[in-house]
Amino acid sequence: MNTTPRQRIGWGSANVIVVLIAAIPVLWLVSLSFKDPSTITDGSYYPHKWTWDNYSGIFDQPLFTHALVNSIAIALISTFFGVVLGAMAAYAIARLNFPGKRLLVASALLIAMFPPISLVNPMFNLWRTLGIFDTWVGLIIPYMTFSLPLSIYTLSAFFREIPWELERAAALDGATPLQAFRRVIIPLAAPGVFTTAILVFLYCWNDFVFAISLTSTNNARTVPAALAFFTGASQFEQPTGSIAAAAVVITIPVVIVVLLFQRRIVAGLTAGAVKG
Amino acid sequence: MAEIVLDHVSKRFPDGALAVDDVNLTIADGEFVILVGPSGCGKSTTLNMIAGLEDISDGELRIGGEVANQKSPRDRDIGMVFQNYALYPHMTVRENMAFSLKLSKADQSTVDERVNWAAGILDLTGHLDRKPGQLSGGQRQRVAMGRVIVRTPNAFLMDEPLSNLDAKLRVQMRTEVSRLQKRLKTTTVYVTHDQVEAMTLGDRVAVMRGGVIQQVGPPEELYDRPANLFVAGFIGSPAMNFLPATVEGDVLRSPLGELRLPQERRRRLQSDGGGGRAVIIGIRPEHFEDAALVGDKRDQGAVVTANVDLLESLGSDKYAYFTVQSERASAQHLEELAQDAGGIEMTTEEGVQVTARLDSASKAREDEELEFWLDLRRVHVFDPESGENLTVDTKEGGDEAQRQAEPEASRPADTPAADERAEPRTEPGADG
Repeated sequence: MNTTPRQRIGWGSANVIVVLIAAIPVLWLVSLSFKDPSTITDGSYYPHKWTWDNYSGIFDQPLFTHALVNSIAIALISTFFGVVLGAMAAYAIARLNFPGKRLLVASALLIAMFPPISLVNPMFNLWRTLGIFDTWVGLIIPYMTFSLPLSIYTLSAFFREIPWELERAAALDGATPLQAFRRVIIPLAAPGVFTTAILVFLYCWNDFVFAISLTSTNNARTVPAALAFFTGASQFEQPTGSIAAAAVVITIPVVIVVLLFQRRIVAGLTAGAVKG
Repeated sequence: MAEIVLDHVSKRFPDGALAVDDVNLTIADGEFVILVGPSGCGKSTTLNMIAGLEDISDGELRIGGEVANQKSPRDRDIGMVFQNYALYPHMTVRENMAFSLKLSKADQSTVDERVNWAAGILDLTGHLDRKPGQLSGGQRQRVAMGRVIVRTPNAFLMDEPLSNLDAKLRVQMRTEVSRLQKRLKTTTVYVTHDQVEAMTLGDRVAVMRGGVIQQVGPPEELYDRPANLFVAGFIGSPAMNFLPATVEGDVLRSPLGELRLPQERRRRLQSDGGGGRAVIIGIRPEHFEDAALVGDKRDQGAVVTANVDLLESLGSDKYAYFTVQSERASAQHLEELAQDAGGIEMTTEEGVQVTARLDSASKAREDEELEFWLDLRRVHVFDPESGENLTVDTKEGGDEAQRQAEPEASRPADTPAADERAEPRTEPGADG
């Protein structure tokens, strides 16, 4: 595409503004996490006295380290099941005609739109009765409830894009339906699968409402919830630096995940399947 | 390799539409059979039923003597080339071709040997490690062929495999498909809507219309002795000319004048006792000739004088178009054909346009009168209601399709007769 210098300047400055708006709070957080407690409130964007104390401090606290393990495990397990089950359901929705299909899709969408906060109270009571309060399972279940509709929606859109002839060709080549799904469809839907996995992972990783309501100890408390329990070195000190450091730490896995998979999230992998 | 038998096979879709209606067809071992017809005639559905991609509503399908109705596609051991190739885009050409062998747990040395052999035949050796996205249309088409030939299946099914190629490549691939089939001698069912492909490729051609097989036979038979109006109009390019006429005693009163058909062409007409009966006459363009060039055959035909509206010289022949004062011949069959041709009306305000194929030596000129000679021995007469051909001796009319569906007309591909037919055909009008 040919662009005039004016267009380039216009788009360029628009991009810079967007990136700045997004980046300033994050950079601020990073800056705070490196500040010495005495200079936290100096109002300077740039830390004058650098320190690693905030980071070493939080890793000494079992509250944080346990929460980190809980966060990683719960998010990964929820993502795995969310994507696997979502892929199967999405494939059925994209390829089969069965009674109640529209109802299924509509109710999945309905669940996704339900405000989570309204479920917290009943779930709290239900979970305590069932004995899954403050456990991994207790968090994985609500996370899957809300991430499955998302993954079904995204994945069925991707599956619909894959020409049906490919499965027919695979069937004639001697593949069972499962082999065709695993060796032909899933590799082709990989960008969709990764996109969905990232979205689901982010949802589980960032959740606060369920994490704070359905946990009470280090057993299952995730980092967003644990942040609320941080205390300062003494009761007269705000734990600002520790919270900032913890926030930076839990951002890192997300950045890594996105960087790892962004190259897979490219369209056009299906080019050449059929004459377009 | 195996014989495929369709025994009273029908397909009714859940919405009640009858796509394939009581088809009987025996495809002999090694035979190359073409299913041809306009879109929506059920030819692809028939193919999908053989492949196992569509359920058979009624009747029996036998592959190699075994009933295959309930077999899944992978148990039928059939290779299929799809219209859009359906290559696996995430696999290289080698992996695409090896996929079926890998699934059948063939050992690596066999896989390599077969893939290299197929790549050699199809001239793909240099492209084995590329992905389909990097190949041209013709190469992708060859990969699709390679994918089915690597494992010597019971039969090849081809669903309009050449329709996505440009015209020049299509002609080239057509001869390649033909050569490949002769070489491998594998039973092949080939679906196309292109009557030129049908005429040039098949040992036998089955013309379908509305889910019913109209006629099955070698291409020449369909061309020379079409069972009905539909087959007559579908096969041949440029198409047969159709004009309304009436039978009066010994003569046919037509817009071309009074035509006196030879005795052997009249037999059916007279036995039907048709006095004043309305019929449709069909004349192929090449059965006209410039009267000046006919010589002593002249008295075996009729002579029509008409003004040449348009003259196209192709070097080898000349196509002359002239108009005759007439209503358009109307029949259900012809309307379906016109629809398939895109609804192009061959009627002008003054009458019906007739196409004549003349020898290149003809001195015909545009906007000048010309004496056209018409070979009366080759004129077809059809019944407008049933569409049935009244001049060709078709035994008992409607049973024609079924009678010919029997394998008697088929010849194994390795007999001399079949080899002769592998030669590039100079079918009249085949490449027009």
